Amino acid sequence: MMTTMIVTRVSPARVGAVIGRNLGALRSGPSYWVVLVSGFFEPLFYLLSIGVGVGALVGELRVGGRSLPYATFVAPAMLAVAAMSGALAETTYNFFGKMKYQKTFDAILATPVRPFEIALGELSWAMIRGSLYTGMFVIVMVVLGLASPLWALAAFPATMLVGLAFGSIGMAISTLMRGWQDFDLMATGQFALFLFSGTFAPVGDYPAAMQVIIQVTPLYHAVELVRGLAIGDPSWGLLAHAAYLLAMVLGGLLFAARRLERVLCV
Amino acid sequence: MSEQPLIYARGLVKRFGEFTAVDGIDLEVAPGEAFGFLGPNGAGKSSTMRMISCVSLPTAGELRILGMDPSRDGTTIRGRLGVCPQLDNLDPDLSVRENLTTYARYFGIPRAVARRRAEELLDFVQLADRAGSKVEPLSGGMKRRLTIARAMVNDPDIVLLDEPTTGLDPQARHLLWERLFQLKRRGTTLVLTTHYMDEAEQLCDRLVVMDGGRIVAQGSPRSLIETYSTPEVVELRFGDERPADVLGKLDGVGERVDPLPDRLLVYAADGDAATAEVHRRGLTPSSVLVRRSTLEDVFLHLTGRTLVD
Amino acid sequence: MAPLTTQVTARSTLAVLERNLTLYRRLWRASVFSSFVLPVLFLVGIGLGVGSHVGAIAGVDYVSWIVPGVLASTAFQLAVGESTYFVLSDFRWVRAYHAMRATPVQPADMVCGWLLYVLFRAEIAVVVFLAVTALFGALRSPWALVTPLVCGLVTLAAAAPTMAFSASIDHDSYFALLFRFVLIPSTLFTGVFFPVEQLPVVVRPLAYLSPLWHGVELERAATLGTTPPWPVAAHLGYLLVFTGAGVAWAVHAFRKRLQD
Repeated sequence: MMTTMIVTRVSPARVGAVIGRNLGALRSGPSYWVVLVSGFFEPLFYLLSIGVGVGALVGELRVGGRSLPYATFVAPAMLAVAAMSGALAETTYNFFGKMKYQKTFDAILATPVRPFEIALGELSWAMIRGSLYTGMFVIVMVVLGLASPLWALAAFPATMLVGLAFGSIGMAISTLMRGWQDFDLMATGQFALFLFSGTFAPVGDYPAAMQVIIQVTPLYHAVELVRGLAIGDPSWGLLAHAAYLLAMVLGGLLFAARRLERVLCV
Repeated sequence: MSEQPLIYARGLVKRFGEFTAVDGIDLEVAPGEAFGFLGPNGAGKSSTMRMISCVSLPTAGELRILGMDPSRDGTTIRGRLGVCPQLDNLDPDLSVRENLTTYARYFGIPRAVARRRAEELLDFVQLADRAGSKVEPLSGGMKRRLTIARAMVNDPDIVLLDEPTTGLDPQARHLLWERLFQLKRRGTTLVLTTHYMDEAEQLCDRLVVMDGGRIVAQGSPRSLIETYSTPEVVELRFGDERPADVLGKLDGVGERVDPLPDRLLVYAADGDAATAEVHRRGLTPSSVLVRRSTLEDVFLHLTGRTLVD
Repeated sequence: MAPLTTQVTARSTLAVLERNLTLYRRLWRASVFSSFVLPVLFLVGIGLGVGSHVGAIAGVDYVSWIVPGVLASTAFQLAVGESTYFVLSDFRWVRAYHAMRATPVQPADMVCGWLLYVLFRAEIAVVVFLAVTALFGALRSPWALVTPLVCGLVTLAAAAPTMAFSASIDHDSYFALLFRFVLIPSTLFTGVFFPVEQLPVVVRPLAYLSPLWHGVELERAATLGTTPPWPVAAHLGYLLVFTGAGVAWAVHAFRKRLQD
C-alpha cells in the first residue's frame, strides 16, 4: 500500500531536475570533476598491482574446473568494485553532505519534488558516475586482454545492477548516519568486503565459517555475477546472484525513501 | 620608566600588494589605559591589531611593543601579550578547562600553575560550572568569554581584543562589557577594536577613529563628541517627503543639518529649541527624537558615513 | 642568545605535542581502524588469501615476504592519513595554528610538534603489528628489532611533505587526489606486494623516488636477515634527505599560511 503510494506519485521530470542539480554542481568547479574522474584509477591500480604484479608470482588459478591467468581472475572483481565504490561515493559521502550539512534536500523539498524522487534522482546520478568508471574499466580489460569484447559487453549491464544495488543501500545507510565519524565504520566494512569477497582469492580458499559469512555479504554476489559473465562462464547460478542484488535495490530504495520522509518532512 | 608607552607607532603602514590597509598611523598606548580603535569594516583596525600582536609585520614605519621591535623580538613580545581574535579559534574537541591549560603550555607555564590559573580564570569569566564540558555546545557569548580567559592565561601586559562583542546578543554583550570593565579596574591595559560606538564609549579611556587606513580623530569619547559634535541631536523623519527635499527649509536650524537616506539629523546645543524652530517653520515631521550626541555622530561628521551599515 | 632560542623552541614544540596528545586521548577510538585493523586486513587478505597460490619468493613464504612491506606501508599510510584532514582543519576550521601563532610558539614548533605526534602514533601501530606478525612466524632475523626505527624514518619522510601539502591547499577535495595518485600507488607499486624488478623499466624510477620503497627494502632486509638492493647507508640517506626537505617545505608552508 505504502509502496504503491510512493511509486505512483513519481514524476520523471522532477527526478530529472534532481539529476540536473548534480550536473550543475559538477560544473561548479574543476576539483569535483577531477576527483570524480580520478575514482576510476583506484581499482585500476589494484588490478595492475595485485592482478598483474602479484599475478606474475601466482601464475594460473583453477576456478570451477577451468584454469585462468590470475589477472583475468582479479579483473572482473575490480570491475565490480569500481561499480560499488562509484555508487557508494555518491550515495554516502555526497548524499549525506547534501542531506545534513548543505541542506540541499531541505531546499529541494520546499518545491513539488518528493523524497522518493530525490532518492531516484540521486541514485540515477550515482549510476551515471558509476557507469563512467565501469565503462572505462571494461575498455581497459579488453585492451589488456583480460576479457573478450563480447563477454565484457555482457558484463556491463551486470555492473549497472551492482551500482544500483550499492547505491540504494548507500542511501539507506546515509539516512541512518549520525555524523562523519560513522563513515569510518562504513569505510572499514567497505574495505573488508573489498579484500575478502572472492576478489583476490577464490572464496573456497577460506575456512568454512568464513565462507558462510562471505556468501551473505553483497560484494561477493556482485563479484560472482560480474566474473561469471566476464570470463565467459555463465550458469543458472548467476541468476541467484542477480536476484540478491535486485532485492538490495528494492529494499534499499524503499527504506531510504521512507527514512528521508521521516528525517526531512517533519 | 613607567611613562614609557607600551605601544608606540610612527608612520605605521601595512600594504597587501596594491592595497594599503593601514596608511601611516601614529599612536601611543600608556600602561593601564583602555585604548580603542573605532571604525567601519575595512578601516584598517584588524590589520593594525595584527601588527601590534606581532603576527604580521609592518610594511613601513616604526613599531615598538613593550619597548621591543616585533621584527626581532616577536616571540618574546607575544609571550607577554594576550590576544582575543575576531574569530574564535578554540579547540572544539577539548574541554573548556583543557582549552586554557593547553594554551598556557604554549607560554611555557608549568602544568600545575596552568591548572590553577585555569580555575581562577574560569571563575572570573563565570564558566567554572562548564569547566569539564566541550566547547562545541557553548553559546557564542560563553565561547567569547572563554577566549578572553584564554587571552589572560599568561598574565599578559596588554590584552588585545579584536571586535570582542561582534555577533553577540545584547545580554551576552553586557555581561562581557562588565567583565572587561572589571579587568580595566584591575589596571590591565586593554586595546580593542570595535565598530560599535556604545562599546567604545563604555570601555575606552581614549580612542582613535579610523577610516580608510588613516586616523581621522583621536581623544577620549567625551572630548571627541565635544569637538566634533553638539551636545544634542534631533532625528527628524518625514513620511513621504525625501529628507533631501526638506533640507532647504531647515537652513539655520541648529548648528548643522545632515541628511541621511531615511532621516535628517539636526545638531544643536538645545534639541528642544531646535525642534520648536522646525515646527515654527511649518514643517510637520512624522517623528521627532531628541537625544544626546554619540560617537556615531562624530564618525558621521568625520567621514560622511554611518558606522554600522 | 642562541641556546636560549633553542631551549624555548624545544619547550614550545613539546607544548604543541602535548596539545595533540590531549586531543588524541579524546579521539583515539576513531583511529583504531586505520592504525590496527587495516594492516592486519591487508596481511590476511593478500598475504594468506593470495599467498596460498604463490610459491616461495626469495626463498621464503609469501606472508613472510610481505610482512616487512606491510609494516613499512602501515607507517607510511598512517603518516599521510594523519597529516591531511587534521592539518587542514587546524588551519581552516579549528584555526588552532592561528591561536598558536599569537603565542611564543613558532611555525617550526607547530610542524615538529605534529611530526612527533604522528611518530608516536605510527610507532604504536608498528609495534602492535610487529607483535601480530611474530605470531605468524614471519620474523626471521633478530634485526627485526630495528624495524620500528626504520618505520619512524618512513613516517617522518611521509608526514612532513604531506603536512606542507595540507598547509598549502584550501579545499579537502585535493586529498582525494593525493590518496589516489600518491598514497595508493605508493602502497601498491613500491615492493610491498611484489618485487619492483617486475615493474616496467620506465616506471621503476618512480618507485625509487618514493620513500616507502626504501623503507620496504630496509625492513625486508631486517626481518629476513638479507641484504637490501642498495647499500643500507644509501637507503637511510635517501630517507633522511627526503625528511629534511619535507620538514623545510612544511615550515615554509606553515609560515606562509600564517603570515598576514
